[in-house]
Amino acid sequence: MSDGTYNFAYLDEQTKRMIRRSILKAVAIPGYQVPFASREMPMPYGWGTGGVQVTAGIIGPDDVLKVIDQGADDTTNAISIRKFFVRTTGVKTTEQTDEASIVQTRHRIPETALSDKQILVYQVPIPEPLRFLEPRETETRKMHALSEYGLMHVKLYEDIATHGHIATTYDYPVKVNGRYVTDPSPTPKFDNPKMDRMPALQLFGAGREKRIYAIPPYTEVKSLDFDDHPFEIQTWDAACALCNARDSFLDEVIIDDRGGRMFVCSDTDFCTARQAEGHVGPMAGTLPGSASEEVADGVG
Amino acid sequence: MALDEPLLVADDVGKRYGTQVGCEQVSFELWPGEVLAIVGESGSGKTTLLNCLSAQLEPSAGTIRYRTRHEGLRDIFAMSEAERRLLMRTDWGFVHQNPSDGLRMAVSAGANIGERLMAVGARHYGDIRETALDWMGRVEIDQGRVDHRPETFSGGMRQRLQIARNLVTGPRLVFMDEPTGGLDVSVQARLLDLIGGLVGDLGLSAVVVTHDLAVARLLSHRMMVMRRGRVVETGLTDQVLDDPQHEYSQLLVASILQS
Amino acid sequence: MTQMISIENVGKTFTLHTQGSATIPVFDNVTLAVEPGECVVLDGPSGIGKSSLLRMIYANYRCLDGRISVRHDGSPIDIAEASPRTVLDIRRRTMGYVSQFLRVIPRVSTLSIVGEPLRSLGVDKAEADAKAMTLLARLGIPEPLWQLSPVTFSGGEKQRVNIARGFIAGYPVMLLDEPTASLDAANTATVIELIQEAKAQGTAILGIFHDTAVRNAVATRRFDMRDCHVAA
Repeated sequence: MSDGTYNFAYLDEQTKRMIRRSILKAVAIPGYQVPFASREMPMPYGWGTGGVQVTAGIIGPDDVLKVIDQGADDTTNAISIRKFFVRTTGVKTTEQTDEASIVQTRHRIPETALSDKQILVYQVPIPEPLRFLEPRETETRKMHALSEYGLMHVKLYEDIATHGHIATTYDYPVKVNGRYVTDPSPTPKFDNPKMDRMPALQLFGAGREKRIYAIPPYTEVKSLDFDDHPFEIQTWDAACALCNARDSFLDEVIIDDRGGRMFVCSDTDFCTARQAEGHVGPMAGTLPGSASEEVADGVG
Repeated sequence: MALDEPLLVADDVGKRYGTQVGCEQVSFELWPGEVLAIVGESGSGKTTLLNCLSAQLEPSAGTIRYRTRHEGLRDIFAMSEAERRLLMRTDWGFVHQNPSDGLRMAVSAGANIGERLMAVGARHYGDIRETALDWMGRVEIDQGRVDHRPETFSGGMRQRLQIARNLVTGPRLVFMDEPTGGLDVSVQARLLDLIGGLVGDLGLSAVVVTHDLAVARLLSHRMMVMRRGRVVETGLTDQVLDDPQHEYSQLLVASILQS
Repeated sequence: MTQMISIENVGKTFTLHTQGSATIPVFDNVTLAVEPGECVVLDGPSGIGKSSLLRMIYANYRCLDGRISVRHDGSPIDIAEASPRTVLDIRRRTMGYVSQFLRVIPRVSTLSIVGEPLRSLGVDKAEADAKAMTLLARLGIPEPLWQLSPVTFSGGEKQRVNIARGFIAGYPVMLLDEPTASLDAANTATVIELIQEAKAQGTAILGIFHDTAVRNAVATRRFDMRDCHVAA
């Protein structure tokens, strides 16, 4: 199935060894950013070059790959990365979270709980959580080395001072295994609790910044907060318009030019599966081209 | 008794940049509650010395010892970097000439004051904010500006904010590099008065580098006059200023415009 | 021996390095002692070095020739040899100095300036303020001025603030450099009273007074500096 003109998973074997060594080190020091010799990939920076290299480093012929972007399997970035691996490895792909052995993601963690047979690979634009407060890399490395993390709370303090609550909604800093403050990549903070003691191995790749870090299975991941302003996740007044879910992360979709809008699950697989199980949201079946229509077709 | 021991002891401290001498053979003791002024013209080595004393620059000769709260006098360059940095952000303060070097210009005044507290584990927003407001009052900044960034502050306000940011953890020793440099004369007087009051009330020890003898007279008990990297005269501030012995000290004193 | 101030063979010469290293000898061979309860008055025309001698005792000027010692905590301390820290302690607890000029700190109230020497001895603010008020009232400083900084006061008012500050702590040794120079008769009389009270409490005083009446009123003994003059 794979295109024989490429090496398996695109990268040469030495590069994959180098990446695996970095991953091993990252797993050994949870949350620590391990430098690696990031390669040029056949896609621009910002399109997931870090995640792609991590996936290429760990993927084997028997793996089943799922790729999501903002929770969806059918967006440009997800499709092109999926096609890239189909062409260079020939592995089976899936949109169903529970079928996949490797899930590569940009900006979301699937709603369906992951198991210890799975690996979640994050695409990371900026791995350094202290970057915007302290631009000097020499200084931030020292701060990590010495656990000097007061600065991270300065950012949260600013949020409360400005907005009355911690207004950071994504890239919400976490402390991994009680040691390293780590950037969870631009996932919504809604997903932070899923990282805590997750059975699956979590790997993070930042291609442009040449860093890999990891959260091993069942590792404590704590979102930073203040005693009098504890960490909270987002909530919505609405349920998913298609599958009526009240416990998933919802995207707001504008549907006309008269202020009409709807809230739908950002995790398309989760939403589709719920609809297949018979959950019906208030707007299910009313929109052309939506997932509900496909499901309706399927059912019909 | 603790007061019977010096807080900071410099012993034959020198710093060379290649063959160039930054400072050399500097020895002194600083006692609790004492303010020492280091004066001299540009290039005299006073800033190099201050950077060595404040652990920002490792001297090429001599030792600098500080009396820590629990373990007595310790060579600051024999400490681990973690210990040294903890010392620098809790028991010491450093007031830069240019406030933007000592402040985070892109975060609010309250966060600037609160940072050191958060660095030592404060995790209650309300308490941190109360402390920040209290310190704004003590350094005479309108408390209504607690959420404003120092970018919007005047030079004098920035400098006072920098002082509050340093003093919030109750340090015992504060280093100041030309703390009133670059400010209007009227603003300078107010700031000096404020610093003098705080140093006296809190019983702080301080090392103040300045080329302005009026600043030295108002703030310090003792003075060291430096020239070409060496201390040429040392003594009580009023003694050095009123009866200078060394040729260079006399020149410095004679250069003050009489008002 | 209970000498509070002891001056042995002290001389003073200024060397002006910035003016071709000119040396200006002022006086030589001053030997003098002041006992508790004594007020010794220095005599001699201006320029003979009376103020310089007082400043040397206060360690404001250096003493490089001869020996000056001040009794501090029961034992004589060589002022020239003492560390700056010891000198500051002597100034805080043993020796006061009242000059003609008040070095004013902007924005600090008169009451606070006068009470400061007491507070530095650990006396609480209320008590220091109360004593400061009594002294300011005796010296005729109007009450509305007490909370103001003396920056804008007249010369006479500043001088009285300075006297109040000098006398408040009841130092065992006092150096007075023309404390009555610009005072009217009533205030001069108050200062004489303060000096007499200090003497009665056993304070050793060394002073300079140009006003003959004041000098006669306070002097226990006189010391003529002309005998120690060195021709330049």
